[in-house]
Amino acid sequence: MKRSILRAAVLAFLIAFPALLPAWRTQMSYLVIMIVFSLTWDLLGGQMGYNSFGNVLFFGIGMYVCAVVQRDAHFSYPATLALGIAAGAAAAVAVAAILGSGILGLRGHYFAIGTLGLGIAAGELAAGWDFVGGGGGMVPPQYPGALGGRETFFYYLAAALAVATFFTLRWLYGGRFGLAVNAIRDDEDKAEAMGLWTTRYKTAAWCVSAFFLGIGGAIVGNVSGFIDPRETAFAGSTYGVWMVLMAILGGKGTLWGPVLGAVIFHITKELFWTYLLDWQQVALGFLIVVIVIFFPVGILGWAREKWPEKFGHRVEEAKPAEASG
Amino acid sequence: MTPILEVTRVRKTFGGVVANRDVSLSVPEGKIYGLIGPNGSGKTTLFSSIVGTHPIDSGSIKFRGEEVSRLRVPQIARLGLLRTFQQTRIYGKMTCVQNLLISVPPAALSWRSMLARPSAAETKKAEDLLQFVGLHAKRHLRAGDLSFGQQKLLELAMALMSEPRMLLLDEPTAGINPTLINDLIDRLRRINAELGITLLVIEHNMRVVMGLAQYIYCLAHGELLAEGEPAAVKSDKRVIEAYLGAH
Ligand SMILES: Nc1ncnc2c1ncn2[C@@H]1O[C@H](COP(=O)(O)OP(=O)(O)OP(=O)(O)O)[C@@H](O)[C@H]1O
Ligand SMILES: [Mg+2]
Repeated sequence: MKRSILRAAVLAFLIAFPALLPAWRTQMSYLVIMIVFSLTWDLLGGQMGYNSFGNVLFFGIGMYVCAVVQRDAHFSYPATLALGIAAGAAAAVAVAAILGSGILGLRGHYFAIGTLGLGIAAGELAAGWDFVGGGGGMVPPQYPGALGGRETFFYYLAAALAVATFFTLRWLYGGRFGLAVNAIRDDEDKAEAMGLWTTRYKTAAWCVSAFFLGIGGAIVGNVSGFIDPRETAFAGSTYGVWMVLMAILGGKGTLWGPVLGAVIFHITKELFWTYLLDWQQVALGFLIVVIVIFFPVGILGWAREKWPEKFGHRVEEAKPAEASG
Repeated sequence: MTPILEVTRVRKTFGGVVANRDVSLSVPEGKIYGLIGPNGSGKTTLFSSIVGTHPIDSGSIKFRGEEVSRLRVPQIARLGLLRTFQQTRIYGKMTCVQNLLISVPPAALSWRSMLARPSAAETKKAEDLLQFVGLHAKRHLRAGDLSFGQQKLLELAMALMSEPRMLLLDEPTAGINPTLINDLIDRLRRINAELGITLLVIEHNMRVVMGLAQYIYCLAHGELLAEGEPAAVKSDKRVIEAYLGAH
């Protein structure tokens, strides 16, 4: 009951935001994309126990594929954009499926290391490929609507994506999919010994992540208005690292944790940028250290250990259908 | 009767250690068989070989007439041959009920079921099985918070949830309170009689294995030392010596 009120309030806030704080629409677009980052990272890193450092690959693929479709397909703006988003998502999923069957066979740290180079390699490839603008990057086509309409339009797209990601994952975690990825996290050898098709679940999980990240990339390319191969698309040292931190900060393996982590991290980061001038990188590095040392289980994980009864720990764990919902 | 499990001259070495030296045994369908032997005699290694955890050096393993020695662990599990682990393996951060709900029979693990919700029937079956092993009151606790003995019982319930044809149990009574061992023996008999699951049980407790198994194989130093009815094995000189010599 309390939860549905909270959800309704969040939804109402997201819908009213452009009217309430029009100057912050682009900022808010990035914030909701951060939520998509941490939720999709947590699907593997938190729920399944596979720490991926290469998820930004799918984001960049979605961004580039969408921009290419927008550049080369000559339908109306909305039709081309829709086609671009769909193609971006499809390409990201296809790459996840192909990579997954190889890399997801690696366990633990080996998987993490195996994914480390993905984003970097893709960034270098894109920077050297003239078809997508090479190192000079790409500029998505002009938004045809009224001045200022672009910000509102893409804000709503990004917010809709974040909401869709949240509810899709919530639904997945409530069924056999959620049980299976948790089982893989807790003891993959046991899951295999019980006959589970672990590779299927692992690949599917990565594809789900890639799907939402691909769409996210397609949207962000248009929000930013300029695509740089290393800074915007395959931004491993920023987005790629942040998605891991946000999920850890909020609480790995929970549904609301990554959301909370993304909001707190993004706001803190922006305050640093505004008020700390030349020191923002140092402050951000310091924040990262603080998160990893003091919140290894995240805010939700920490609070749950401190006040288990308040968090209804047992009750929450009790009903799979509502687990961390 | 044709054997459900037939192990022929299986050999398994780890570096220089010969853990199983040409071991042969067979278990007829519907029976309870025992596997005994001193510590380090190769019992767990044999179980691991049977379920495909590691490749065997030579020999043959047939389950229901099919050669399984080249199959992978999950493939063998889906044929209906499951093992429990000596050092229990459960899903620690999930609740007991969730541990069971993800241990459904292989037929319920199709592509489409990836998106399924646990059905009311599955939930009821999970709760009934937890009741059966005496963990019903703890069903919403995290499995990792259970004691070792309770985890053993949970692992047994998980195996039953999956409706196997045959179960290889690695020391099911280890860590179980002595006063509850009789209950457990009784449950194992019911699993065999009522659910028709063939059992092969590794057991150190002589009283348990003598009372439970219809036929016993004894390993020593990786080799099959003796086999026969419980009474015969119990009084076998070589068996007695192997156990005394090991201590
Ligand atoms: N993975 C492994 N690597 C190397 N040696 C191993 C491995 N597994 C088992 N061994 C060795 O093989 C031999 C048989 O071990 P195994 O665990 O099968 O004995 P066991 O009969 O189950 O003993 P216990 O009654 O103590 O459980 C031992 O000498 C053991 O050290
Ligand atoms: Mg053993």
